[in-house]
Amino acid sequence: MEWGSWSAFWAMGGKAPFVWGSYFVTGALIAFEVLQLLLWSRRVAARVAAAAQWNAVDEASEPAKEPE
Amino acid sequence: MSRIDAWRAATETKMRSPKSWWRFAAPKEFFWLTGKLVPGFGWAAALLAVVGLYAAFFVAPSDFRQGEVYRVIYIHVPAAWMSMIIYLAMAFWGIVGLTLNTRVSFILAHALAPTGALWCFVALWTGALWGKPTWGTYWAWDARMTSQLLLMFLYLGYIALVHSIEDPRRADRAGAILAIVGSLNVPIIYFSVQWWNTLHQGASVSLTKAPSMATVMLVTMLIMTFAAWSYSIAVALARARTMVLLREAHTDWAQKAAAAMIAKREAE
Amino acid sequence: MSPRQKRLSLILLGLALLASAVALVLSAFRDNLVFFVTPSEIAQGKAQAGRYFRVGGLVEAGSIQRGPDGITVTFRITDTAHALPVVYRGALPDLFGENQGAVAEGVLRPDGVFEAKKVLAKHDETYMPPEASHAVDQAQRAAQSLKE
Repeated sequence: MEWGSWSAFWAMGGKAPFVWGSYFVTGALIAFEVLQLLLWSRRVAARVAAAAQWNAVDEASEPAKEPE
Repeated sequence: MSRIDAWRAATETKMRSPKSWWRFAAPKEFFWLTGKLVPGFGWAAALLAVVGLYAAFFVAPSDFRQGEVYRVIYIHVPAAWMSMIIYLAMAFWGIVGLTLNTRVSFILAHALAPTGALWCFVALWTGALWGKPTWGTYWAWDARMTSQLLLMFLYLGYIALVHSIEDPRRADRAGAILAIVGSLNVPIIYFSVQWWNTLHQGASVSLTKAPSMATVMLVTMLIMTFAAWSYSIAVALARARTMVLLREAHTDWAQKAAAAMIAKREAE
Repeated sequence: MSPRQKRLSLILLGLALLASAVALVLSAFRDNLVFFVTPSEIAQGKAQAGRYFRVGGLVEAGSIQRGPDGITVTFRITDTAHALPVVYRGALPDLFGENQGAVAEGVLRPDGVFEAKKVLAKHDETYMPPEASHAVDQAQRAAQSLKE
């Protein structure tokens, strides 16, 4: 596909809002999902790792305590 | 020992057996396996998307009737396919979970839902933006569009249902039943353009006839579809992996794995 | 049967029952789920005059006529068996044209003319580059001339 110029490319034959509106919204949603997942998995890892320390404290103070 | 107990014991033996696929139903093994799979599918998705987008804009020609606006197809069709396949996958994992009582199956169904909802929204959004310049309307209540909108509500309903039930085992079961029942809508979406008069055109690509698309366009669309598949697998497995870690937070292996994740990130 | 097989068969049985229920409901509402009726169905008296509905088919070749005001368009929608005259005032979609699919929304006047409030273009599932379309046209014309 030969566009001739970048402005012709961005114009998409006069249908720019429809074409770019499709591609950029999809791209933004995917970026949001990946970022949200990354941040959430970090939060979970931090919480689970912290739980280990609390368990260690619990075990030290109350060795007989049953885990949940 | 009752039959159920005997079966549970047998299942657990299978999960522990190093040679059986069953072992990945054990949370710890699942966590290890997905740790290997997620980066692979993620990179594959990125690579396929770059190639697919290049082909969509610089290789694929204009359409004889629609000009350039038809390029929306390279997102619209893969997104619509993914939205249907992911709902079927959720129903599949629901059936596996209800039958075998494997927790990881339910977790996979939960992990797929947000990504399926994303694709469903993308299919509706790009469909509206494509419909306006071609058909002359953003939306019409024809059988294809109405059943696809119903799929969106089924995804949102599933997510809301699973989050609203506090007991995870009950949430798993209720979600599985909704996924199984709702999956009946998928064949309705797919065949709606054959069963009824619709504004939406029929399928360009199907198993029963030769594709009615130029080869370059078809190949481009398939590359974008593989990109969407790889992305969905990577994201759903990554989400399932974190869900497993959260559910197993009380276990020793999960706490060690979480600590290892943090240490690895700090080292980078 | 093991408990596992029992559960699986229960789920599959439930799903099969539900699927047949849905199939029954859908076939009962089959006629109401169509987006548009065809000119033949109107000829059979399936549509009431004065009621708002949609009619769909191909725009008959050579039937498009623009009125002197520049806004009014008349054309005929055909399903090759029957054709229905349509009158419309307003902007037409880009893909509207002769031998192309179209769906008109409006009312059937007592004089048998369909007064459209909205016209949508319905395109098919064929996508190809302009050169390929040109080649297909030429091939079809060649085949036609051979037949004649």
